[in-house]
Amino acid sequence: MSAELGTLGDLGDRDDRDGGVTLSIRSLRIDVVDTGHDIVDEVDLEIAAGEVLGLVGESGSGKTTVGLAVLGHARRGVRIASGTIEIGGRSVLDRSPRELRRLRGGQVSYVPQDPSTSLNPALRIRTQILEVLEHHGFGTTAADREARVLQVMEEVALPNTPDFLRRYPHQLSGGQQQRIGLAMAFACRPSVIVLDEPTTGLDVSTQAHVLTTVRDLCRAHGVAALYVTHDLAVVANLADRVAVMYAGRIVEQGTTRTIFESPQHPYTRHLTAAAPDISGTEAVVGLAGRAPAPGKRPVGCSFAPRCELATDECRESFPPVTSPAHAHQVRCFHAGGLAHLQRPAPVTLLRQGRDEVPALSIRHVDAAYTGHRVVHDVSFDVARGECVALVGESGSGKTTLSRSVGGLHREWTGEILLNGEAMARSARNRPTAQRLSIQYVFQNPYSSLHPRRTVGDSVARPLRVAGVSAAEATKAVHEMLERVSLTAAYAGRYPDQLSGGERQRVAIARALVSRPSVLVCDEVTSALDVLVQAAVVELLVGLQHDLGLSMLFVTHNLPLVRSLAQQVVVLADGRVVESGPTERVLGEPEQDYTRRLLADTPSISAASAG
Amino acid sequence: MTATTPTSTDPGSTPPVAAAPPGVLRTAWRMWRVRIGLLLLLLLAAVALGGPFVAPYGEAEFVGTPNTRDVEGTRFGTDYFGQDVLSRFLFGGRSILVLATLSTAMALVLGVTIGLVAAYNRGRLDDLLMRTMDVSLAFPQLLLALVALTTIGPKPWLIVLIVGFTTTPRIARITRGAAVPVVERDFVGAAEALGESRPRILWSELLPNVSGPLLVEANLRLTYSIGIIASLGFLGFSTRVNAADWGLMVNENRAALSVQPWGTVLPAIAIALLTIGTGLIADGLSRASAGIDRAKGDQ
Repeated sequence: MSAELGTLGDLGDRDDRDGGVTLSIRSLRIDVVDTGHDIVDEVDLEIAAGEVLGLVGESGSGKTTVGLAVLGHARRGVRIASGTIEIGGRSVLDRSPRELRRLRGGQVSYVPQDPSTSLNPALRIRTQILEVLEHHGFGTTAADREARVLQVMEEVALPNTPDFLRRYPHQLSGGQQQRIGLAMAFACRPSVIVLDEPTTGLDVSTQAHVLTTVRDLCRAHGVAALYVTHDLAVVANLADRVAVMYAGRIVEQGTTRTIFESPQHPYTRHLTAAAPDISGTEAVVGLAGRAPAPGKRPVGCSFAPRCELATDECRESFPPVTSPAHAHQVRCFHAGGLAHLQRPAPVTLLRQGRDEVPALSIRHVDAAYTGHRVVHDVSFDVARGECVALVGESGSGKTTLSRSVGGLHREWTGEILLNGEAMARSARNRPTAQRLSIQYVFQNPYSSLHPRRTVGDSVARPLRVAGVSAAEATKAVHEMLERVSLTAAYAGRYPDQLSGGERQRVAIARALVSRPSVLVCDEVTSALDVLVQAAVVELLVGLQHDLGLSMLFVTHNLPLVRSLAQQVVVLADGRVVESGPTERVLGEPEQDYTRRLLADTPSISAASAG
Repeated sequence: MTATTPTSTDPGSTPPVAAAPPGVLRTAWRMWRVRIGLLLLLLLAAVALGGPFVAPYGEAEFVGTPNTRDVEGTRFGTDYFGQDVLSRFLFGGRSILVLATLSTAMALVLGVTIGLVAAYNRGRLDDLLMRTMDVSLAFPQLLLALVALTTIGPKPWLIVLIVGFTTTPRIARITRGAAVPVVERDFVGAAEALGESRPRILWSELLPNVSGPLLVEANLRLTYSIGIIASLGFLGFSTRVNAADWGLMVNENRAALSVQPWGTVLPAIAIALLTIGTGLIADGLSRASAGIDRAKGDQ
């Protein structure tokens, strides 16, 4: 990483197709223009032709900023302060705006996160791809470019029939849209490609296909790829090497196998311990605190405040780059000091009352969404004290079903019984006691809390509705805030002063303050970073155990299920495909659909074993 | 960052702070444009409301030769009728200010209610309410006011009613537009799941979250109402015969503009400053509310 140790010319066993480094970033520093605070500093990366480097980090770690810098771009108010970025030996940063325009999309291309907003909705896909080729003067004649469109469509495994090319982006599925994004990026045969979490929001099967396409294209055309993501499992399966970013600096870098098998930096250790793994049999482990924001970073190692190994040395200076092994670099004084984190086995609570009335019972429920039936004759039980995971891809009807259970969706028929009592369709028509006895935690903690209401007031609402006095409610609120590992001091704060994880804890506290018997969690961790997700899962497992809660945990994240659910219900196209104990369903699935889902889910342990 | 022991669930990263996030008003107060606007507004309000008590002459008192600048005992001379310009000016602001405020307040109450109900219920009720608003938007505000005033007569309540009614659709539109995305947010769902009553959801879940754009709009509407009422005065629809009114004064004295400019200039300046004042406040509020919903999370 630093100049002395920059032995990056040979990086192990990778295939040096073009015999050299295609993308090289040295001592890159990007800071805020007004304050001079560093967003990214001392970043050194090199990627060879045909190689995929996974740049991993939590949100706010600066990974996207680095990705955009490769295109010579810095967002408004931010500038590339120092360092060099070279592509094929030529600097990117000293080019004129005109030259940069030629560079982008030609030699370096970018695949953004959300294809539905990055494609022009008013242009047919053929026009869209042609536009890139024309802008960069690809080929000599129009016929050349037309031919290239057909070719690149084939490369990204999309049909290249005139009929398909005439479509508009909204007529394509999310996966197809992202393939068009890839086609546009690969159209001019770039030598470097930056992919910014291109599979976020895609289903696992679609994700698997897109990832295969990315890997094949990079290998086949000798493209150096920078793959920016927070998803370790994706990186484990796709990347040749991995760089881990924390608070704007690269803290560890090495081959994918090294990073996952013998991580040296404590942060990397925590990151891998927090990532749920489909083939693993261990629960996830979270980590307290959050990464310091630009301008608030400590003098020494940025990770020191959260690190169990931190010493005075760490707090005084940022550790230099050391190389514990060939092609492996770490920035830590205590590299390798943190032993493998104890990952607890998942809690396998026995079904406490198999014979008792189940806490929640869903009987022959059909649900419609704006007139279309999306849930067909679904039946299952949630026993007392048990956590049932409702798993499905987008469009499987899992959210509609969970919202029906919560009384937020009215278009359903069938029976939903809470502790043996049938519930009315809408929450408004349910008696107060029943409403308080089943509580709902929403997916997005940024939208589920009233922005103009203090945390204390938000958490107290359920009690106030139940007619509890203000003084008693305050007491219960403080108790509940402690329970979700916040402090009573949080009661006076407003949501915008909290991090995503803290907000989700508040939302959980609000759901639990009325002592419900059933908690419905709708994708509660999908908006959170992996370490925060792990901490929230740990919290839920603890609460379930301590309070004897019954939980319906709705998720698309199959690996996460193992950490907290005793039973799994797999939903596809609104029907229950398979259900049973977690170990059985994930270990020996009976249905093809479940098997396919499991096979498409990227796995860390399978990747590093294979 | 204090040195907290890293346990897996302790989020001890930030020290507790109890300060409220700066609201629209608080943020706006830091801007110079808002302070100047408020100063102008207060100044003009003081003139309009306190003026009659300090006026040297009565509202319609005859003091000397018409259209003369230097009349003994007057500061700004006499108007077209031989009345003291300063006294007329001091008397003439009250009605415009009171009527504009009342009509805006009425429009605000009606418009916000209609907008919130439409946004929350959607469906047919939304269509019905909003199409009604659209139809009433099609009538020119001033023309409608003139028709009503000529048929019924220039009554103060009628001016309030007509200006209030014609302003309502615009406020309803803005409110609905701002409230629709709020209705989609999960905290409203959380309130519904708790079985909170509809009025409570409108009042305490939706209203505080549309207050930003609403404050801006209310101020803008106040500015327009002042303009409309001044125009009505200019066209002779003041509430009493020969009553002092800034709008009317401009019209009455404009013929003698070159001989005795004060009769026109004084009320014109007052109306201009009043609208500039409310305009500056509206502008500051809109800037403040634009930056208010920070921390959306993913960036």
